Amino acid sequence: MTEAIATKIDPSILTSSSAPDDAETCMDVNKLNLFYGESQALTDISFQMKKNHVTAFIGPSGCGKSTLLRCFNRMNDLVDSVRVEGEIILDGKNIYAPDIDVTSLRQRVGMVFQKPNPFPMSILENVAYGLRLQGIKKRSLLEEKVEWALRGSALWDEVKDRLDESALGLSGGQQQRLVIARAIAIEPEILLLDEPASALDPISTLKIEELIYELKSQYTILIVTHNMQQAARVSDETAFMYMGEMIEFGKTNEIFTNPAKKQTEDYITGRYG
Amino acid sequence: MINQQTKAWFKSGTPWIWLNAGAIAIALVAVFGLLLLILFRGMSHFWPANVEAFHYQNNENNLTVIAEIIESETVPLEALHNIEISDNTDVGDEYGNVTRYLVKTGNRDILGSDFRWLYDIDLLDREQPENIMALERIEWGNFYGYLNAVYENGNLVTDKEVWPEFIDRLNRTNDIRDQILQLEQGDIGAINYQLERLRLKEKRLQLDNKLTDAAIKELEEQRNNLNQEYGVLLQQTQKLYQQINRDSIKATVMDGSEVTIPLEKIVKAWQPNKMSTLNKVGYYLHTLWAFITEDPREANTEGGIFPAIFGTVLMVMLMAVLVTPFGVVAAVYLREYAKQGVLTQIIRITVNNLAGVPSIVYGIFGLGFFVYFLGGNIDALFYPEALPSPTFGTPGLLWSSLTLALLTLPVVIVATEEGLSRIPRSLREGSLGLGATKAETLWRIVLPMASPAIMTGLILAVARAAGEVAPLMLVGVVKLAPTLPLDGNFPFLHLDRKFMHLGFHIYDVGFQSPNVEAARPLVYATSFLLVVVIVTLNLTAINLRNKLREKYRALDG
Repeated sequence: MTEAIATKIDPSILTSSSAPDDAETCMDVNKLNLFYGESQALTDISFQMKKNHVTAFIGPSGCGKSTLLRCFNRMNDLVDSVRVEGEIILDGKNIYAPDIDVTSLRQRVGMVFQKPNPFPMSILENVAYGLRLQGIKKRSLLEEKVEWALRGSALWDEVKDRLDESALGLSGGQQQRLVIARAIAIEPEILLLDEPASALDPISTLKIEELIYELKSQYTILIVTHNMQQAARVSDETAFMYMGEMIEFGKTNEIFTNPAKKQTEDYITGRYG
Repeated sequence: MINQQTKAWFKSGTPWIWLNAGAIAIALVAVFGLLLLILFRGMSHFWPANVEAFHYQNNENNLTVIAEIIESETVPLEALHNIEISDNTDVGDEYGNVTRYLVKTGNRDILGSDFRWLYDIDLLDREQPENIMALERIEWGNFYGYLNAVYENGNLVTDKEVWPEFIDRLNRTNDIRDQILQLEQGDIGAINYQLERLRLKEKRLQLDNKLTDAAIKELEEQRNNLNQEYGVLLQQTQKLYQQINRDSIKATVMDGSEVTIPLEKIVKAWQPNKMSTLNKVGYYLHTLWAFITEDPREANTEGGIFPAIFGTVLMVMLMAVLVTPFGVVAAVYLREYAKQGVLTQIIRITVNNLAGVPSIVYGIFGLGFFVYFLGGNIDALFYPEALPSPTFGTPGLLWSSLTLALLTLPVVIVATEEGLSRIPRSLREGSLGLGATKAETLWRIVLPMASPAIMTGLILAVARAAGEVAPLMLVGVVKLAPTLPLDGNFPFLHLDRKFMHLGFHIYDVGFQSPNVEAARPLVYATSFLLVVVIVTLNLTAINLRNKLREKYRALDG
């Protein structure tokens, strides 16, 4: 059985355990249920995320991994018919508690979407968008933070001479890194990446993956991906989801080399999904 | 076999393509035909056509008619039974038709009418004498005749050539007339306006029981100052009037009699038969420019249409300024905030149906609600000193713009909603994900990106509003407005004033004019200008929209 997996995933690409195992818990998901009207999209999800770890969510299309990811910054609130039960504890507080300020939650939990979505503004204004929302107006301070964020997303050298040009003129990979810069500019604690490389070419994908590896030291990262290799390469923990349930959650090494559940193994080895 | 081919032909879609192309061709022909017709009919009016002298026989007398040919047509003789025809029985061509001409003889004051029909039955001869003179006068329309002599204070000016001398003196007279106009409408008008404001101020103080002796004294002082200024200006004007009355000419009209015309009554003079084509083109452009920039005269059948152009453009712009915020705010609420359900759907359908309400109904509503109710209350609250003469409680620019804003509101709402729904969800989520509230996202991302769609709505609104006449007749447009709604007197933009409008001008000149033949080319010319104004307004808006589109051309697809 392990041999079969080995043919699929080369163990050498698995992350060496750069993240300490004893890291403190960042988020605690407790019996999370989510409904779209009558139909249930997530069922009894419970797990813990460690600080400065990368957690990958894998599973077939429609299994609820994106829905789960969007629970962490309450992006699901935008859908009228959605109903959430259970709790997600961040810093000892349930983010679904009624007294939670959603906008400040979203400043703490940044998100990058599947398709690059730069705003139709200049590169500088894109990155400064979140800062301006926080009321920062001073040009020098904005520029300083923008540079920091662009360096952080490994884009600075490519765009430093054209900060005032439209962000729409960048390539897809650059746009995605710009969006990451925009997310980290407001210094969140957690980054949610929803298939961040699925619309990109292999080289851009590689850059994004390297970036994730870099960012891990400062942020807790949750990534949804369809690419098993990618999950294996970048994550510390992996969750396999199927039909709205979390089938298996564990260290990436173990999930990919020695999965506990048959379903997980079937999916990873490509028997279905 | 043939059946097979026909079937294949139908299957290939060729007939369908021909049908489509045909429809487009008909539409194009219709549009260009219409434009060309009004262009030709309207614009040819300003061309200084040659003036002919027709010699013909009537009741044994030889008569001469000096006139411009407006149009000619061939009519069967039988149709002319009511026309007095001379004994000559052998008239008309081989089919018994005669040609007749509609000619403009001018000289309404002498002949009673400007136009008459001439029949080539009795025509003996026609020629184009070089020295025929045409005059455009302040009153009584055109004059055609021969210039005899120029007089200064009733004394014959002998030592100079007559025509150049006349033109020189005419230019001087026109300069003086401009000065008088400037003084009367500009400076004296401003003083009158201030005096009226003082009167209202006094009445206001009286109503508020604040009319103290000090206040009366101050008002009196201001009034005296103004009256003094007025006295000075009046003297200047009187002097100018004396100067303008100095010169006159004597001219022979077609029946041989001599008339005296003071130069003060003449706008311009030309000798069409002497002019080269180049001269005529120059004259034509000059006349056209005057038509666009001058005030109308003689019940709108002479002079220009500037106040109408100005009124139309100002009213449409004001309407755009009023309708945009209204429409956008309504659309944002409907699309972004309101809970989507049966009620919003009903509201949406209602709004769409509002676009189908006949415009005159809006006019009635505007009169009843805006003018009488709102305007009446505004007068009672803010302008009690002017009552019983209404300030806002009477049709005016503001109410016209508001009525048309209401009329075009559905268009703007629908277009804006359409635009809002096309903003990619990913961009909204991107903004919300950075901690923006819904309002911030709307303000910073969604509305700027929807601005091209909003502009589209505005373009449609402007096109509709600029062409509306019916509701305006009830809420603010008049045949002749003495002042423009925008001038140098505080507060500069007078929203309460009535104004002129190209659409209504067309109706007025075409249907209410005492001089139908003279008015007809003006109807075409004004129509053409209305089209030009609408196209210009639209092109400006389209240009603006394209720039916005270029700026926010984000992530298509």
